[in-house]
Amino acid sequence: MDFLTILQILDSTVRLATPLLLACLAGLFSERSGIFDIGLEGKMLAAAFASAAIAFVTGSAWAGLAAGIGASMILALLHGVASITFRGNQLISGVAINFLAAGLSVVIAQTAFRQGGRTPALTGDARFTEITLPFADAVADVPVIGPIYANLISGHSILVYVALLIVPLTWWVLFRTRFGLRLRAVGENPAAVDTAGISVVGLRYAAVLICGVLCGIAGAYLATSLSAGFVKDMSAGRGFIALAALIFSKWRPWYALMACLLFGLLDAVGNRYQNIQLGDFVIPVQFMQALPYILTVIILAGFVGRAIPPRAGGEPYVKER
Amino acid sequence: MSMMKSFLGAAAALAITATGALAEPALVFDLGGKFDRSFNEAAFNGAEMWAEETGESYREIELQNDAQREQALRRLAEAGSNPIVMAGFAFGSTLDVIAPEYPDTSFVIIDAVVDQPNVQSIIFQEHEGSYLVGMLAAMASESGTVGFVGGMDIPLISRFACGYAQGAVAANPDATVLANMTGTTPAAWNDPVRGGELARGQIERGADVIYAAAGGTGIGVLQAAADAGVFGIGVDSNQNYLHPGSMLTSMLKRVDVAVYNAFTAGEEIEPGLVVLGLEEEGVGYALDEYNEELITEEMMAAVDEARAAIIAGDIEVHNFSDDGTCPVQMQ
Repeated sequence: MDFLTILQILDSTVRLATPLLLACLAGLFSERSGIFDIGLEGKMLAAAFASAAIAFVTGSAWAGLAAGIGASMILALLHGVASITFRGNQLISGVAINFLAAGLSVVIAQTAFRQGGRTPALTGDARFTEITLPFADAVADVPVIGPIYANLISGHSILVYVALLIVPLTWWVLFRTRFGLRLRAVGENPAAVDTAGISVVGLRYAAVLICGVLCGIAGAYLATSLSAGFVKDMSAGRGFIALAALIFSKWRPWYALMACLLFGLLDAVGNRYQNIQLGDFVIPVQFMQALPYILTVIILAGFVGRAIPPRAGGEPYVKER
Repeated sequence: MSMMKSFLGAAAALAITATGALAEPALVFDLGGKFDRSFNEAAFNGAEMWAEETGESYREIELQNDAQREQALRRLAEAGSNPIVMAGFAFGSTLDVIAPEYPDTSFVIIDAVVDQPNVQSIIFQEHEGSYLVGMLAAMASESGTVGFVGGMDIPLISRFACGYAQGAVAANPDATVLANMTGTTPAAWNDPVRGGELARGQIERGADVIYAAAGGTGIGVLQAAADAGVFGIGVDSNQNYLHPGSMLTSMLKRVDVAVYNAFTAGEEIEPGLVVLGLEEEGVGYALDEYNEELITEEMMAAVDEARAAIIAGDIEVHNFSDDGTCPVQMQ
């Protein structure tokens, strides 16, 4: 395996990890506030559809991104109403959102575009194209650092850089601001937050809506950058892998970045090598594809440190009367 | 009373005509969805062609998940549809159970063999058609490396891959064939993102022609090929129009003809095995206004020669499904 191959695999890793990372951070906000969200997949799918549809109609990828975020936030709000205001079961609400998104996206796409539940292919400005960072061409010939900068760091869609910037931003919001402190508190002990005179409901809604925004960016990245248009069920389980990454990262932003890059790397290596030969031993590609889930189970079983979810997670908050 | 009688009589007559009219054919699509621009869409086009010509109607069911297969077949059989055509290998085991329960209904299954007295099984010699596009790929390639992206990892798709690899090596003995499968579950038919990523990986390893046999995933593969400025090859339906100028050709699998023939034969359809290959024009490569500039006369002559030789039996294209191995090494 030469240097260029490694770079190409890492390049692919970054592309594959980005939607996972955005969805994982989305889940992080929601779950840190005590609202479990297995509807990440559905929100991503709805955003992918909305962004592809609006990007096609307007010819602008940015309008598509806004529409994707909007669609995802509507579903997030629905989850909020069901699980915060009406204190419904958060898992059931999440499952319902997944089904709703899978069905609605195809039905609306079929009514609007008559192409069998897909949107027309996007071209030109309707897609987020790869941007070349300054001096990428100039330094490309410099040994080692040049190719790393030109191939790996430069040449991604702007949404990739946005996703990477959201990691420190999330860390800063959660651990360095008053809002973040309260958000974490509401996921651990909502009664204490309430006693302090802060609205539990308001905080949880805020968290759920931030989750909607991030899922929206993830969906838009899938439909308008990685591919060119919406295809039914195109999120293909990435929302669930993101949940696995969230548990793997023990609900922490920097660990989430690491977990998503690891899962992206596994994916990229699996894509590149169908079967990996280690001496006489062959690792089949299916094993690589299952590895994220296997790792998550190992983490959950407590072999590698313990993953402790926010204590009030999954519990609707009932004010004592 | 007499009024009641005539009323009942009319109702009975209505019932009889209703039963007569109900013997309309039915088509069940597989999970890729009716408009996958590929396999299922070809089946749909065949049914539409029949409906347009005869002015009659047909029933159709589009599956949403695997659990619906049995339910869909039962519902159609009980509603009196005849014949019931299903497009997809995955119906095989279900049909084997259902067919004996409805002995008066004729079933047609495409891409699988079900040995029942009221079932016609239609299989295509995909390896022969893939051999031809493999030759075209190797002749169009400048790097000598050609790629293949399959959908779900099943023997049927390996048959495409193996035929393609044999064709590529026949046209250029030094050709390298890269092959990837998208996944092992039916979700692999609908994952354009992973498809695009697999295609990029192959392009980075030097492939400059990529053949996608992956249903909806293929859309992503062909998009990635067009984005990178290399050639893509479509499958099942003619997909040349998707990216004019960067689609080298499409491997045609005339599922539309199979469905059309089954509908035309109606209830009297012959049970047994039907094999559609190059000779029956069941498979082939697409040539139209979108790719005529890409296929040189030299290429066309070579492919047509190979086609004749395969029909005559001078070239034998190895069928992966026969023994689960491929004579050409793929990477």
